[in-house]
Amino acid sequence: MATVSLENLKKSFGKTDVIHGVDIEIEDGEFIVIVGPSGCGKSTLLRMVAGLETVTSGEVRIGGTRVNEVEPMDRDIAMVFQNYALYPHMSVFDNMAYGLKIAKVPRAEIEARVQTAARMLQLEEYLKRRPRELSGGQRQRVAMGRAIVRKPAVFLFDEPLSNLDAKLRVQMRLEIKALQRELGVTSLYVTHDQVEAMTLADRMIVMHDGVADQVGAPLEVYANPQTAFVAGFIGSPPTNFLDAGRVGGGPAGAQVGIRPEHVRLGATGKLAATVAYAEALGAETLVHLRTEDGAAITVRQDAGEPIPAEGASLHLDWSPEHQMVFGADGRRAG
Amino acid sequence: MEKRVTFKGIWLPILLVFPQILITAVFFFYPAGQAIWQSLFIPDPFGLSMQFVGLGNFEFLLSDPYYRASFATTAVFSSLVTIVSMAVALYLAVLAERLIKGSGTYRTLLIWPYAVAPAVAGVLWLFMFNTRVGVVTWYLGLLGYDWNHVLNEGEAMGLVVVASAWGRISYNFLFFLAGLQAIPKSVIEAAAIDGARFWTRFRTIVFPLLSPTTFFLLVVNIIYAFFETFGVIHTITSGGPQQATTILVYKVYADGFVGQDLGSSAAQSVILLVVVSILTVVQFKFIERRVHY
Amino acid sequence: MAQHNGMVEKRGAGLWLTHLGLIIGVAFIFFPIWLAFVASTVEQQDIVRPPMPLLPGDQFFENYSRALTSGVNAPVARMLVNSGVMALGIALGKIVISLLSAFAIVYFRFPLRKVFFWLIFLTLMLPVEVRIVPTYEVAANFGMLNSYSGLIFPLIASATATFLFRQFFMTVPDELAEAARVDGARPMRFFLDILLPMSRTNIAALFVILFIYGWNQYLWPLLITTDPEMNTIVMGIKQMFPSGDDIADWPVIMATSILAMVPPIIVVIGMQRLFIRGLVESEK
Repeated sequence: MATVSLENLKKSFGKTDVIHGVDIEIEDGEFIVIVGPSGCGKSTLLRMVAGLETVTSGEVRIGGTRVNEVEPMDRDIAMVFQNYALYPHMSVFDNMAYGLKIAKVPRAEIEARVQTAARMLQLEEYLKRRPRELSGGQRQRVAMGRAIVRKPAVFLFDEPLSNLDAKLRVQMRLEIKALQRELGVTSLYVTHDQVEAMTLADRMIVMHDGVADQVGAPLEVYANPQTAFVAGFIGSPPTNFLDAGRVGGGPAGAQVGIRPEHVRLGATGKLAATVAYAEALGAETLVHLRTEDGAAITVRQDAGEPIPAEGASLHLDWSPEHQMVFGADGRRAG
Repeated sequence: MEKRVTFKGIWLPILLVFPQILITAVFFFYPAGQAIWQSLFIPDPFGLSMQFVGLGNFEFLLSDPYYRASFATTAVFSSLVTIVSMAVALYLAVLAERLIKGSGTYRTLLIWPYAVAPAVAGVLWLFMFNTRVGVVTWYLGLLGYDWNHVLNEGEAMGLVVVASAWGRISYNFLFFLAGLQAIPKSVIEAAAIDGARFWTRFRTIVFPLLSPTTFFLLVVNIIYAFFETFGVIHTITSGGPQQATTILVYKVYADGFVGQDLGSSAAQSVILLVVVSILTVVQFKFIERRVHY
Repeated sequence: MAQHNGMVEKRGAGLWLTHLGLIIGVAFIFFPIWLAFVASTVEQQDIVRPPMPLLPGDQFFENYSRALTSGVNAPVARMLVNSGVMALGIALGKIVISLLSAFAIVYFRFPLRKVFFWLIFLTLMLPVEVRIVPTYEVAANFGMLNSYSGLIFPLIASATATFLFRQFFMTVPDELAEAARVDGARPMRFFLDILLPMSRTNIAALFVILFIYGWNQYLWPLLITTDPEMNTIVMGIKQMFPSGDDIADWPVIMATSILAMVPPIIVVIGMQRLFIRGLVESEK
């Protein structure tokens, strides 16, 4: 078990800077999710922690020790890859045991550790099979098993669920969370899926263009986004953005963000809008409107509330404490 | 194309390429360099010293009627071998492709001459057409035709061409069959619905779609006819009669080993080197294009 | 696939014509070999008084045992062993050095990497035929005449095999190398434990092609083996023909020809699937 610290971590490929300096102190046993759109540098960040990518500047410390130049195998980490990276010619057992064999762990112990992991992951009956004889979910479990048997100080997950179908993804998400709680191993988990990030993370790092826009507990990030990007990226449907000048105040170029569940529809309000269409989802209804100057607004209503007719002219209203103001630079201004 | 993930280290990879590079240097580059060097000299009649003659060997070669004849012979021989072996292979592949059942059996029956060495193929054909004991010669004699490739230049050429093409049919057949099978059935069926009969379909649809395979085989077969048919020539005609079947590769051997004319043989090697280089470049240019195809 | 369009697929008479055409083709391919086989089972008298019979005779064991044990210049059994050693040596040698250099070129970045790559590529342009005399001299200087090493080493550099393995290694997912690194495998361990087992099919397919290449070599053994005991079978056949006007010992020569064909044919037919794959891929 170990802490992980990243200190002003930077990465450039040639002249292109892809990570602009990330700082975070990860506590022992914490589950950290790095989330962001593709190309934001989240995988590169993880790979630097793994030792698969060199560090341009800054420092990576695992358990307090600087590991910038340490080989992956000596960092006491284990990694689960997006495409699982299972060795196609080895049985499930051998896939899990490979790292231990290299580390010259005694046979009996390898056997015991693989059996334990297989039991945890319900893979016991598949140990003799080859990866290609397994389903996607089972391969995913083998990849997890390979990480678990090494008893590493840190787990690294690189979009481990993105190759699974939606239903399996939800199931595996729960399993990963339960497993991490049970083992108590510090984990870094990269994903582009903000739902995964919200549900798994103790704390999350929202990355954008090589910068960690915000680090914090999921609900804290949701409730109090520090940049317009974070406000827009976290939450579904995303935050509505309006020109600050139109809704009463704020510096030039500033935007006002309001989450869909915080907008009320009524006969009076701050802004007039026309209903474009409404999606009734059962438990809730999403009403899509268009303001006079063409901005699209989404409103989330409880199922009990009346569904407005298409084309109806309504007014939007919200309480001031839900209003998030972002400056022209995208930073939170109020 | 480069791999994103690599291992660290400098000495290990150098150690790994070392055997290949060593062999290449000792048995490929050094001799090739020697050939180029020797091509600039003429040894004195006693083999004691070498006299520098610049491009003299080349000038001599290119004005030598025997060498020029050998060039012409090679051109005729390679074209004939290529055309005969490809035509027969295409014919068989088209037939085999039309079968739903049994094309696998025919494939098995047709591929194994690939395993027969050109030199052995030469002996087999020599046996059939042997002037004294050959079965075919005897039956031709019954028909009133006096076969004698030992004296008749045209017959000698015909025999080495057929023997060289014979062993090559299976190779071409495999590629043509694979090429034909890769043409989508729907295209041919659409043409059939449009009213095109077999021969029209073949001429207007199948053959154009097969052209990458055809062009590839053309280049590969020319290379084969140039360099790998030495065994056929050596076993059947030894280049004769009157050098009628002395292709370039055979002449390098004959002048260098039998005639011991090192300067000329080296110059011939250099000329061949240029020929192979051109063929290799053509082949690779084509393969590049085929990737985009 | 059973439901074919009747317009395209021939039926009835057309189908039989197709078979007929193919059978003629097969017969053309077969006939020289059949004749050689017949000749290897009859007596010399049956051959020298043409026409020779077209059906096998009863001298099969007689002729083959004569060829194998005494031959003309050297026992054919001996030549078969020489050919076997040469073919295996060339095939395995080419595979080993090509695997190693392809691994180095794909998985490492080191000085002169590009240069080495081009050097290997250029060997494509240097077949034995264009450098025979100087290569012979090199082999002679190393004392390699009439030796297995002389038969094998000058032929085992292989651009084709190196490119084939390079191409295959490029298709191996990067994550496998990374997973191996995380698992603690050093480069050679990754090569032996992961890459090599994954290349099995490619290695086998290439083996078929290279074995035949080695077995069928003619010019090189002709140059460097003057001792009949070191002749390979493919080049040895020609040496069995008498130089003057003497009549050749046809039954033994034809038995030897058949024996020269059998091992590569067994390899091709026995490994047909791999052979076709190897052929098509090595030409990509």
